Amino acid sequence: MGVERLKKTGLIFFPAFDWAISPTHPEREERLLYTQDQIFEEGLLDFDNIYEYKPEIAVLDDVNRAHICVPDAQSVVTESHLISAGGAITAARKVLSGEVDNAFALVRPPGHHAMLVVHGARGFCNVNIEAVMIEYIRSHYGHKRIAVVDTDCHHGDGTQDIYWNDPDTLCISLHQDGRTLYPGTGFINDFGGPNALGATINLPLPPETADEGYLTAIERLVLPLLDEFKPDIVINSAGQDNHYSDPLTNMRVSAQGYATLNARLSPDIAVLEGGYSIERALPYTNCGIILAMAGLDYSNVREPDYNPDKLRQDVSVTRVIGEEIDQVLRLWDNRRNMKKQLVGDSRYINRNKNIYYDTDGIRERQIETVRICNDCGGFVRIESTASSGNSIFAVILPSRCCPECRAEGEESYAGANRGKYDHIYFQDRERGVFLSR
Amino acid sequence: MILGIDVGGTHTDAVLIDDGKVIKKAKVTTNHDHLLTSLLAATKETVDKAIIPLLERIVLSTTLSTNAIVQNKIGRVGLLLTSGPGLSPASLNAYPDTRFLAGSINHRGKEMERLNREDAKQAAADFASEGIRNIGIVGKYSTRNPQHEFELQKIVGDRENHVTLGHRMSGHLNFPRRIATTYLNEAICSLYLKFADSVADFTLKKGINIPVYILKADGGAIELSRSVEFPVQTILSGPAASVMGTMATANSKADAIALDIGGTTTDIAIFAEGIPLLEPLGVTIEGRKTLIRGLRTRSIGIGGDSAVRLQMGKIVIGPNREGPAAALGGEFPTPTDAMIVLGLATTGDRQKAVSSLAPIAEFLHCDIPETAQMIFTETCRRIASAALQFLNEISNKPAYTIHALLTDRKIEPRLIHVVGGPAKQMAPEIERLFITEFDVANCRAHIPPNYEVANALGAALARTTAEITALADTEQKILTIAEDGSQTEIPVNFTLADTIQACRNKLREKILEIDNFLQEPEIEIVESQEFNIVDEFCTTGKNIRVKAQVKPGSIVECKES
Repeated sequence: MGVERLKKTGLIFFPAFDWAISPTHPEREERLLYTQDQIFEEGLLDFDNIYEYKPEIAVLDDVNRAHICVPDAQSVVTESHLISAGGAITAARKVLSGEVDNAFALVRPPGHHAMLVVHGARGFCNVNIEAVMIEYIRSHYGHKRIAVVDTDCHHGDGTQDIYWNDPDTLCISLHQDGRTLYPGTGFINDFGGPNALGATINLPLPPETADEGYLTAIERLVLPLLDEFKPDIVINSAGQDNHYSDPLTNMRVSAQGYATLNARLSPDIAVLEGGYSIERALPYTNCGIILAMAGLDYSNVREPDYNPDKLRQDVSVTRVIGEEIDQVLRLWDNRRNMKKQLVGDSRYINRNKNIYYDTDGIRERQIETVRICNDCGGFVRIESTASSGNSIFAVILPSRCCPECRAEGEESYAGANRGKYDHIYFQDRERGVFLSR
Repeated sequence: MILGIDVGGTHTDAVLIDDGKVIKKAKVTTNHDHLLTSLLAATKETVDKAIIPLLERIVLSTTLSTNAIVQNKIGRVGLLLTSGPGLSPASLNAYPDTRFLAGSINHRGKEMERLNREDAKQAAADFASEGIRNIGIVGKYSTRNPQHEFELQKIVGDRENHVTLGHRMSGHLNFPRRIATTYLNEAICSLYLKFADSVADFTLKKGINIPVYILKADGGAIELSRSVEFPVQTILSGPAASVMGTMATANSKADAIALDIGGTTTDIAIFAEGIPLLEPLGVTIEGRKTLIRGLRTRSIGIGGDSAVRLQMGKIVIGPNREGPAAALGGEFPTPTDAMIVLGLATTGDRQKAVSSLAPIAEFLHCDIPETAQMIFTETCRRIASAALQFLNEISNKPAYTIHALLTDRKIEPRLIHVVGGPAKQMAPEIERLFITEFDVANCRAHIPPNYEVANALGAALARTTAEITALADTEQKILTIAEDGSQTEIPVNFTLADTIQACRNKLREKILEIDNFLQEPEIEIVESQEFNIVDEFCTTGKNIRVKAQVKPGSIVECKES
């Protein structure tokens, strides 16, 4: 534990001290106040290998590469979302340009519950800042294989939804079991769309999982999968609500656990997600992550009330985690044989979704249809109706799109009946084209 | 009348100012071993018996503290640190004679672990047995709650020990810098006390009985008797004097760049609306990052005596000085030689300057005047480009609120103040380059009057500066003034406006107490933020943070003399 090789680490710190969902909402102004205090008091920004950067402000085109916003991006995002997504983009640019070895976008508001279609805010998120960043990377630095390891305590359902059909984006989510926590999804059998089986991985963890459980998951599941997937870039959706003091969850992770997890995972880019124990956890967990990313000694980072005996993981929890990892690994090993069985002779596969936007109180009914394709992720058609009144149709071409999917997708957009929907969208991730009518 | 004296590395300058006008100036060689001699010599010509009763204020700037640190002529310091959880002690332990003690305070100023008094007593005894009499006491988050520092002071603070408490140095959060600042403060304190004695001797000898002020790194003044608690604040007052002198004589409210072009280096400073910018946290000296409030300056290795070489077929200026200009017997050609060849300067042997440029001219297939012009332009270009790069870095400073990020005002320089030896020759060329090569429109060069005694002038006109950091925590019902280490009880309904008022009162009191020359200090609130403290989804109090300062500025308006 402790000192690794020193790395050049970029830090994009944007606490948005003037933005809240509401005055006592967990996602409020002072969420990163004491984290800022800790970063400043420890003098982290004075280290020669830690570089602080100002976030850039993302533009609506950046949002339109990752989302179908209804009625349009302008209506669902605010300056704060553009800055936090921009912060993630800055992190990516600094890493991909080689200016730093890795980077941490310590920004808010978060984004991992925002799905492909956005009618409003859910799980405190409007836009998925990781997805906006990933699509920015692909449009500026070419098509990359990307892995997102989401260690937030809540299932990263937004990121999963956006990349459900993308075989080149591996989304691994480690989270508290959906039967015990929002958003209630993310089970082992959620394994990706028919053209991207195995590119979605979920490991639901029982309540009271501690450092040990997370580190086992990293060692036995995440790292071996990354070895096989061979991503160009590894992103950590670094939510910090697994902490033992978090008011919204039931886990037992400590600052030492976070730092060690980060050191083992060694992500190229980390992006802050949730984490609402603003006084007792965040100052220490964030400090631990920054030190771990920079290859500095984090062995003395601990909460003032840290008591390892109280945070020990129960053997029953350890057993459940072990069994679940085995189960996921069996699915993974079998992933290439599953398609035939699942698809049969179908040319298209439908997915019906009922989505609830808890933050904005909107209900959405959605049918997603993907073309079965062996050459790319397949073009996707979406029909969606929301209780807020909008009915839309969208066509999405994947960022690596085969000619057949392109031809069918373009035809589908051209033939869509304007009278039937309020809005019709066309998102071509490969060519960076976004159209609506 | 105001007397300003700058005790520089080479010269000691003095100016006498009456109603904003320079009425006398003098320059003598500094006697490093006997400071009193230099002070007396510099004032001999400026202040006679008739003037002494008319003096209202004396301000000194000195390189003494800086030199002590740079030349490592510093004393041994025992450090007692309560570092709590966070960075490991190993990464802080760059100081000899350091003891880490158990005991910690958190970001809210709450005690998380009691101080280990037994270990502290042992450490104090160890220091005493080793003859260490200068003690620095620094706690993590001591600006949020200084109680552990006070407790330790009681343990080690006998009459023979000189003690500095970390929270007194600055209200900013930064534990490693707080340690560095406290350490340096103790390390130079014996030397500084001797200096203060010399100054007292000087006033006694001259029959002066008004307060004497010392220039600080932030371009502000501090009264001598107060400065002995904070000797470290007087470091880097040389560059500060130069910047303040430029500011006073420039007398402009424009955004500007100030260049002090010397023999070896050029110092760059930036003015926003006529006021020099400060370092966000503190100055760096000999690689040590500190919390010493200081002017934001950058030094680059280019000056009139920089060695000029050819590297990979290109003219390279500096960063080293390899002796004087060739015209004055030096080995290498210098920008000064180029100026001599071009007829811009007349010192030394012109023929030697010409011959020194010959090898470069030959290699570049140019004649001598062309080569001289290239060297001269390249020198000015490097200075202009470094100044603009510095400005650009400052403009990219992070912002932590949406409002600040969207409304960030960019500094757009309208003036380039140029002082120093080659100021007159280089200013027009630098102006030309700013406009033609760097696309900075509406920008002109300006040479402030009396620039040869800018340092003494800057010292003379500097007003007293200070900063106050307040934190009101209405859940704990405590108002903490960081720099004072004072904690007072407040009611639960204490507001942001109340905190601002408390901060203003405190700062006003502090300034007036130490500076009787000022009528009413110009107080600026530099930070004011208010946050909810929420427990289990209920607001249980407010965390209010306010910082107020008196910016560096001139005490009287400077008039052309």
